Amino acid sequence: MSHSKHAAHHPHIIEPKTTGIVLAILLVFTLITVWVAQIDFGYMNIIVAMGIATVKASLVIYFFMHGAHENKIVWMYILIPFILVAVMIGGIFTDDPFRSKPVPLQFGAAPVAEPAGHDAAAHH
Amino acid sequence: MSSHAATAHVEVGPGDPPHIHHMDSTTAYGAAKLGMWLFLGTEILLFAVMFCGFAVMRYMHLGEFHSASKQLDVWYGALNTAVLLFSSYTAALAVTAAQRGDNKRVVKLFGVSILCGGIFLVIKTIEYSGKYSHGMFPGGEHFHQFKNFLGFYFCMTGLHALHVIIGMVIMAWGAKKAMANRFSERYYTPIELGALYWHLVDLIWIYLFPLLYLVG
Repeated sequence: MSHSKHAAHHPHIIEPKTTGIVLAILLVFTLITVWVAQIDFGYMNIIVAMGIATVKASLVIYFFMHGAHENKIVWMYILIPFILVAVMIGGIFTDDPFRSKPVPLQFGAAPVAEPAGHDAAAHH
Repeated sequence: MSSHAATAHVEVGPGDPPHIHHMDSTTAYGAAKLGMWLFLGTEILLFAVMFCGFAVMRYMHLGEFHSASKQLDVWYGALNTAVLLFSSYTAALAVTAAQRGDNKRVVKLFGVSILCGGIFLVIKTIEYSGKYSHGMFPGGEHFHQFKNFLGFYFCMTGLHALHVIIGMVIMAWGAKKAMANRFSERYYTPIELGALYWHLVDLIWIYLFPLLYLVG
């Protein structure tokens, strides 16, 4: 009844004790997230909050989702979406704080200002 | 022991992997997991689009987002985070139980995870009805004041709640199979993939909670 091809892989078991410790760390990090939000770091607020969230997410992936035992190809599948998200979100959040004032969305044709001195330069 | 042993048909006993014609069970297990991670990647990108939209609108309406974020109860959000983290913990334990062939324990642990999903939805409903009674629901008298923030809040938490419901259905299906002693150390793919989906639900909430409730 037991076919040889069924016995090929042995499960990588993560011990319940490890899982319990990870849960405790995640709950502590949740409290830290709430506590740290009371402190004002200016525009760094969101970076601190997202940083803690990323530490928590890494713990979930590594231990709860068995990332610890996955091969390189699976890790590529895990990381590429996060890299794409980091590029998108990072691009937006690094753009925000360094602008002097918000730029409103403009629907329809917006007049484009000519650079000053353009006409003067053309005469020479 | 099987009377069918002489025939070409391969008998699948309880706890055996399903017979797949074009690949062995180890390859099938790896392929299933890779496919699941690819799907989870698309889910992450689906939510990422909303995160980016949120980031842009927050930047354009900073004052509104700050005061609107204060309208949410941080402790409801934190409690729901704890509930989801605990449910992820029991889902992870269910995978270990399935790997050890303890089907009864799989049923119990997935049951706890489903229950936690239910608690999450109840708390979310309390929050939604609170917003409704304060007129901060589409069509409500105070909605206009916070419309940019609340639009994202309801879309993001609503889509997340839909994922909670789907995750609960998947785990109920897995538990039903475990009741029939379907899993063993040789075959536990559905339990592992179901748990992966549930962890994703948790993962997204880990980002949603600080973004909506804390930094606004």
